[in-house]
Amino acid sequence: MTIAVEQLDVGLRRRTALGWLVTPAVLVAVLVALWLIVAGRQLDSIEERRVNLAFIGVAAMEHLTLTAVSTLLVLVIAIPLGVLLTRPSARRITGPALAVFNVGQAIPSIGLLVILAIVWDVGFWPAVVALVAYSALPVLRNTMVGIQQVDESVVESGRGMGLSRLQVLTRIELPLAVPVILTGLRTALVINVGTATIAALVNAGGFGGIIITGLVQNRQLVTLVGSVLTAVLALAIDYLGRVAEEVLRPRGL
Amino acid sequence: MTDTPPIKIRLDKLVKRFPGQARPAVEELSLEIPEGEILILVGPSGCGKTTTMKMINRLIEPTSGRILLDDEDVTHGDPDKLRRRIGYVIQQIGLFPHQTIAQNIATVPGLLGWSKERIAARVDELIGLVGMDPADYRDRYPKQLSGGQRQRIGVARAMSADPDVMLMDEPFGAIDPITRDRLQNEFLRLQAEIKKTIVFVTHDIDEAIKMGDRIAILREGSQIAQFDTPERILVNPADEFVSDFIGRGASLKRLSLSRVRDIEPSTWPTVTVGDDPAVARRTLEETDRGSLLVLDEHGAPRSWVTAEHLQRSSGIDGGLPVATVGSAATLSDTLNEMLTARYSTAVVVDDTGRYTGVVDIDTINEAIRGMRSAERERQRSSLAKGAAT
Repeated sequence: MTIAVEQLDVGLRRRTALGWLVTPAVLVAVLVALWLIVAGRQLDSIEERRVNLAFIGVAAMEHLTLTAVSTLLVLVIAIPLGVLLTRPSARRITGPALAVFNVGQAIPSIGLLVILAIVWDVGFWPAVVALVAYSALPVLRNTMVGIQQVDESVVESGRGMGLSRLQVLTRIELPLAVPVILTGLRTALVINVGTATIAALVNAGGFGGIIITGLVQNRQLVTLVGSVLTAVLALAIDYLGRVAEEVLRPRGL
Repeated sequence: MTDTPPIKIRLDKLVKRFPGQARPAVEELSLEIPEGEILILVGPSGCGKTTTMKMINRLIEPTSGRILLDDEDVTHGDPDKLRRRIGYVIQQIGLFPHQTIAQNIATVPGLLGWSKERIAARVDELIGLVGMDPADYRDRYPKQLSGGQRQRIGVARAMSADPDVMLMDEPFGAIDPITRDRLQNEFLRLQAEIKKTIVFVTHDIDEAIKMGDRIAILREGSQIAQFDTPERILVNPADEFVSDFIGRGASLKRLSLSRVRDIEPSTWPTVTVGDDPAVARRTLEETDRGSLLVLDEHGAPRSWVTAEHLQRSSGIDGGLPVATVGSAATLSDTLNEMLTARYSTAVVVDDTGRYTGVVDIDTINEAIRGMRSAERERQRSSLAKGAAT
């Protein structure tokens, strides 16, 4: 019985080397298909201006920078805060703090973006702030859950052996929370890739610019290229996140 | 009690009051724990035994009172430093799942700043000490071990920095009965070598009787109902609470306190496999026992033969199966063997399996009677002493 269960468990968790190749292969196939569609069409001048490698390259860089900077900020803000909120001394402010982050996620990001544009500015930084507000909650919550799900007896035996609170946190709780925290980070990354498309509305660039142009000027091919590229990027980042989780997961779990 | 060793741990009017609870969990407990002994804290759930134990390493801070370790007041001062001097084993074991067995055991030595070589040598020594192969197990993760093996590593980890004192909270509670029995025996053997001062919490009176040099039976509020050796508690429970807690069969439980080597085995007429059946028949006629014990050429018991067997076969062969016990077996195990083998006599063998004597129901009965009269004797003499002063 036990053996069968363990094998099943391993089968679910560990992908085969071949399994790991499926996602990249599908994504490359989608890009090739997109390339063939574009190459098989006579482009008009509007389409030509948007659908060319140089323009797409700039948009991709803008999109990636938005995603990377906002996720990095989320990481710097939400993980330490999540750790702090799990400390027994912080139990009182846990509820209110979570409520604040809930509001961040509950406000439609497009609304927040517009408000920020009105009261502050347009461009890169307002977009980053909107993305951070939107994607901080999953990381914060996963950090807290990750630490809280650490077996109490493991913490107790650590304390009982004479590890200080800080040592228990750094040597036991955080390493054991890594898989859950990484899942939160991956969620934030994917949210940010998707949400970054609307950053084009406040002049922050990215793939959103291509999509909006396509819609405004009624060029379906342009819209298609912008949306497919966004989707492929989101899936690629999700995939890289999974690889990172696999590699960084503590051994022995 | 002149045989009492020096006091290692002294609890002085220890009180623990949890916020929002009317009654304190531990109410003015004073207890002296002798060096090198296993002290069992036993009592019904909720009696405060675990709370009491956790106050010794200050995982729970006492509300008032003092804890003295080697006559040094450790109630204040750095609790982390105190805990590194005290081994700690809990029922759930709590091995760090993301660390190898070697890393787990190395935790406290690492905190104490031991050199790498010293830690590595200590890790291997400890894995061997708990009966496992260091080369095979040091790089495994806890998940790759069975429950019993994890518990062994838990004990090894608690002993890593060679603490004088160990606290064990129901350490064998979550293990199946057969493995538990084996681990208990192994631990007692180990303790005979290492002679740590151990505070051991359990709710199982049988485990308390088996493992304890001294037992403190606790009632609600961690009040001591009786504090004595297992023998004296069984023979002479202090009050109704204690006798209720011991439950029925105190006499049977006493049988797990004596071992075969403590009593005088009787002898039985024997023959060896190759002997002449005619000689065997004569031996059988001369004895009032109804059978002979057949030994093989190495002196190990093989079977019982009666006159019937000797008539039937030409050589000395066949017969009824033999129940054997080692000299370290408890009388309780021995009795069990007898009942299982449907034969009222168990054969005692030495370490190499050779016959040394037999134990029968009468011998065991005699042993029980002896224990009772010894206890009566003790009570009488202490009464006489009390009257004299």
